[in-house]
Amino acid sequence: MNNLLAARSQMGMSLAFHIIFAAIGIALPLMMVIAEWRWRATKEEAYLQLAQRWAKGTTILAAVGAVSGTVLSFELGLLWPEFMRSAGAIIGMPFSLEGFAFFLEAIFLGIYLYGWNKIPSWFHFLSGVIVALSGLLSAMFVTLVNGWMNTPTGFVLADGKFTNIRPFAAMLNPAGGPEAVHMILAAYTAAGFATAGIHGWLYLRRGKNRFDEVAIGIALAVGGTAVLLQGVSGDALARMVAATQPAKLASLEGQFRTETGAPLRIGGLPFPKERVTKYAIEIPDGLSLLAFHNPNALVKGLDQVPEADWPDVRIVHLSFQTMVGCGSILCGFSLAAFWLHRKRRLFSRPVVRLIVLLSPLGFVALEAGWMVTELGRQPWIIYHILRTRDAVTSLPNISITFTVMTITYLILGVITTWLLGKHVIASPETRLIEKEETV
Amino acid sequence: MSSVSLLAGAILASLVMYSLLAGADYGAGLWDLLCHGPRQSEQRHLIEQAIGPVWEANHVWLILTIVLLFSGFPDAFGALCVGLAIPLFLVLLGIVLRGCSFVFRSYFTGERRTQLYWGKVFSISSSMTPLFLGILIGSISCDSVIIHGGVSENGFLKTWLLPFPLSVGILAVSLFAYLSACYLAVDAGNAELRDDFRLRGLIAGLVSIAMAVITYVIAGSSAVGIREELSNRPVAWLIEVCALGSMIVAFRGLLLRRYQQARIAAAIQVALIVVGWGIAQYPYLIRPGITIANSAAPRNVAAAIDVALGCGAIVLIPSLTMLFAIFKGTRGVTQQEQAGD
Repeated sequence: MNNLLAARSQMGMSLAFHIIFAAIGIALPLMMVIAEWRWRATKEEAYLQLAQRWAKGTTILAAVGAVSGTVLSFELGLLWPEFMRSAGAIIGMPFSLEGFAFFLEAIFLGIYLYGWNKIPSWFHFLSGVIVALSGLLSAMFVTLVNGWMNTPTGFVLADGKFTNIRPFAAMLNPAGGPEAVHMILAAYTAAGFATAGIHGWLYLRRGKNRFDEVAIGIALAVGGTAVLLQGVSGDALARMVAATQPAKLASLEGQFRTETGAPLRIGGLPFPKERVTKYAIEIPDGLSLLAFHNPNALVKGLDQVPEADWPDVRIVHLSFQTMVGCGSILCGFSLAAFWLHRKRRLFSRPVVRLIVLLSPLGFVALEAGWMVTELGRQPWIIYHILRTRDAVTSLPNISITFTVMTITYLILGVITTWLLGKHVIASPETRLIEKEETV
Repeated sequence: MSSVSLLAGAILASLVMYSLLAGADYGAGLWDLLCHGPRQSEQRHLIEQAIGPVWEANHVWLILTIVLLFSGFPDAFGALCVGLAIPLFLVLLGIVLRGCSFVFRSYFTGERRTQLYWGKVFSISSSMTPLFLGILIGSISCDSVIIHGGVSENGFLKTWLLPFPLSVGILAVSLFAYLSACYLAVDAGNAELRDDFRLRGLIAGLVSIAMAVITYVIAGSSAVGIREELSNRPVAWLIEVCALGSMIVAFRGLLLRRYQQARIAAAIQVALIVVGWGIAQYPYLIRPGITIANSAAPRNVAAAIDVALGCGAIVLIPSLTMLFAIFKGTRGVTQQEQAGD
């Protein structure tokens, strides 16, 4: 494995690992706070138990998220020193602000988790709200940095150097806002459906019980609302990409030719050598309509870009299709679930089975979406300014650190999953609730 | 004071906070490794109680330090990441293992042996991380990291695998252990447990004095620049005298079992050591080539980050004060005692 590929793999692996914990770290506090709020309003024991159980999960996941996030902030420099040297000053502002958001999250998480009996209950609730909000802010700031890598603004490029830097203009780059909204909604979607799935599975095992019902209710409300809003956010993001990164849009869609009235492809497999995407269901004028809100709009194809500067079109297109596919399925299910809830038929066994079945799709979409944005930007680390291969470290043998990190993360992932399983599934409080239900 | 020096000062301040807070958490990990005697499990329990609610917030000081470094001094960060990639990577590995194994141990429900195994991972990684952090500090102070065009002149090992950085590493471990013992003696719920950590504090304190002397001697041959600054600058003398004074107060506190006094004095001592290092290092970030001036981001960027830091501090300081008031205040201690009884 050459050094560039090893460095990219290590970065990608670290991101893919971190994003799972980060997403749960954003969404679980929100659900935990909703549960506590329901408990304060109704005094129903199940909500309190749920808030405490989710808080436990948050502790484990937040720790893994915090340390894997630290790894990323170092790896930016360790793997891409030239990127950080040239761009550090420009992207420093969102990172610094993220630092403070992270501080607030860590401080109030400590207070929330360990302070149940030490502080007034209203303050405890408020701490949870601050954790949920600051998690959201952290995600926003970090995604703004990724936005800048896609649509770099806020500077003047002179002799390959960034001059006349305007930090806030860089932070508020065109891609940043839409990407941040998309990421935050994705986190709620992924974690919401995953949580609903876990409780759905428990519900099937334990039989009808209030505890899992309220858990599924809150998780689906969060995940379902988010995925429906995701449709609007995805549209805004796609139009932004169409306007600012035509080559990226072309590889998302497998659009090789520049044409007006470009079709929307569902599925299909791009063949970069033959410059054609085969086996797709094509909706005439669909892409022009979606990307520019005009059926006759001109869509630039990959033919506008030298072939050497193409991303890996096949992987990008397939990831994009995976993301959109998973999102659409979840949207459809969410609409059905809201209707079933009104009809009070949400907790019939077939529906709960379906919830379990669909529960991983949010995370699949989240990971696929990051593949789209990261691989779609290649071969650039800063779009049209710095190539990834020019940013990589001179340190040899990156494959060694990649291997060490991968093994470490694999072990951590397995243990974390196992621990979550133990705590969500088999802790004594669970039996307590079951007993109450059967009595 | 220019916006750039202000930012450099903020980085040093953040490093001081990291040493005082997270440093003590690492030290606690070392004591976890060395737990022995009849009160072994009580000692472990105390350590877990002491760092559980705060370690994540404490850890953020490192993130802030790194973020400010790469925003304000991108060239220095780039050079650090090339020349000292290996110790940085080991620090990272230590951070990951420490954080994860700590929660794994706390939440583990299976076999006792496996839980003890997580405890070992936690305590070993807690002891290794400050060693490499110290090595990083030592390496940037001893003229070994020279980067030209993204390539390290001394390779990737000879930048840090040297006597001076190694002795700074051991000094960091012993100082953090000392600091942590002083904190734990206050947090401990009963007199016997306090005495355990009193003894440990005294031993670690003596080791750190020895390591400081050894480091100073080694500096004579390999870190001449920073040694000269430490020996010749009047400001450095002042700080050295104050650090010595607080050390005496801390030792007196430990000897007379005035733990509150020992805790505060030890914290001041460690803070002064880090500040003293920072002043002796000034105006360099990485000796011999990278200074605050020649690696700084443009002035307006530094100024904007300074403003962001100021705004952040308005929110951060009361929040942090609250966190420590809730868990480390006298009320917290008495409640822990009640829970222990």
